[in-house]
Amino acid sequence: MECSVRRLADVVVAAPAGQIDHPNAQKLEQALKPVLDEAAAATTPLVLDFSGVEYISSMGLRVLMVAAKQMRAQGARIAVADLQPVVEEIFDIARFKHVLEVFPSVRSALQDLSAPALSAYDAAAK
Amino acid sequence: MKRVRFWGTRGSLPVALTAEAVRKKVIASLRSAAGRSFASDAEIEAYVDTLGMPVSGTYGGHSPCVEIETGGSEYVLCDVGTGVRPFGQRAMARHGPASPQTYHIFMSHVHWDHIMGFPFFTPAYIKGNRIRIYGGHAVLEEAFRRQQAAPSFPVDFSSLGASIEFVRLEAGRTHDVAGLQVDLMLQEHSGDSYGYRFSSDGKTVIYTTDSEHKLNDLAETKRFVDFFRDADLVIFDAMYSLTDTISIRADWGHSSNIVGVELCHMAGARELCLFHHEPVSSDETITRLLTEARRYEEISRTGKPLRVSAAYDGMEIAL
Repeated sequence: MECSVRRLADVVVAAPAGQIDHPNAQKLEQALKPVLDEAAAATTPLVLDFSGVEYISSMGLRVLMVAAKQMRAQGARIAVADLQPVVEEIFDIARFKHVLEVFPSVRSALQDLSAPALSAYDAAAK
Repeated sequence: MKRVRFWGTRGSLPVALTAEAVRKKVIASLRSAAGRSFASDAEIEAYVDTLGMPVSGTYGGHSPCVEIETGGSEYVLCDVGTGVRPFGQRAMARHGPASPQTYHIFMSHVHWDHIMGFPFFTPAYIKGNRIRIYGGHAVLEEAFRRQQAAPSFPVDFSSLGASIEFVRLEAGRTHDVAGLQVDLMLQEHSGDSYGYRFSSDGKTVIYTTDSEHKLNDLAETKRFVDFFRDADLVIFDAMYSLTDTISIRADWGHSSNIVGVELCHMAGARELCLFHHEPVSSDETITRLLTEARRYEEISRTGKPLRVSAAYDGMEIAL
């Protein structure tokens, strides 16, 4: 379970990749823990870039639920962006869009979360 | 084991179709038939069969009661929600009052929706019948007696004519009852519940209702996967959405269609039957949950296909 992390101005973007099945859900939880701890403490918005996620199981969704609770408890925002069609279907079946803000792309998430982060994203894309 | 027959499939509270819901079904049926004519009743029935459950049928509203047809002369039931009332009526119609029968009843737990049909179970009133009620709870007998005690019910349990025995079962060992090998397992639910594994003639049925699955507990998941291993049928509590079970309804003691699919896949089970439907769910809602469970089964499948069904009152599954 790979999970790269980058900072765009005042937003953290974490990008897990691959299949978040039961064994990988624990790896995702471990990978996200320091990111979450830091983002929640600083009330920094967190975007989960899911463009590389091919599947997510119930345990993976539980990891996202715990992350959302931790962020909200500190008054920080968390969003998921760029779901692959199959993962979006799983979100729908699980009624998970009630839990997390979902955006069609990382750019659209940043547009909603932070103007400086959007500028940094657009600059990096040039 | 030959067959499983569902007499009650609704969780928490029995429900009935409203006049408005029936009217909607009739309207949808007539709308769909626009321009058609039918030369016979057979043609009408064939047309109705094309309409699908939400229009031509209903999942029903009785609380849990499931019959396992063993192929023997004695009856086997799981839970005695209100579904046991029509079961008892059919048994009476079949045997009459003068032909004593034996009924084996396995209790998941003694919450009201799972015992409330028993005071209306006609065979319990008839001398000569033998009823054995099995379960893992120490309070099994107390719960049955208490619900019929004054002022809650006009006929006290002690007035029932049948010979009624309570049998405490121990989890972790196999019990032989009515030609079945029966194992039970403790489940996560308020006041505890027990899941059952019934095996005979090379067939295995799992009855697991009112059971919450903590997704982060891998040892617990393995325990359930081992219990469900290679089952022909898993009757599974799918009352809520996954999101509900890990958020606003966490610790309510129920599960979801998604977790049912995952556990059955891991166990190599052949059929998952969604059960213990939420009382507020309409026929359309339950059908959608079934469709979504089937789709999730396709998405998450890594081995052999898993058949997915949704239980309705009157449904039969041949083993």
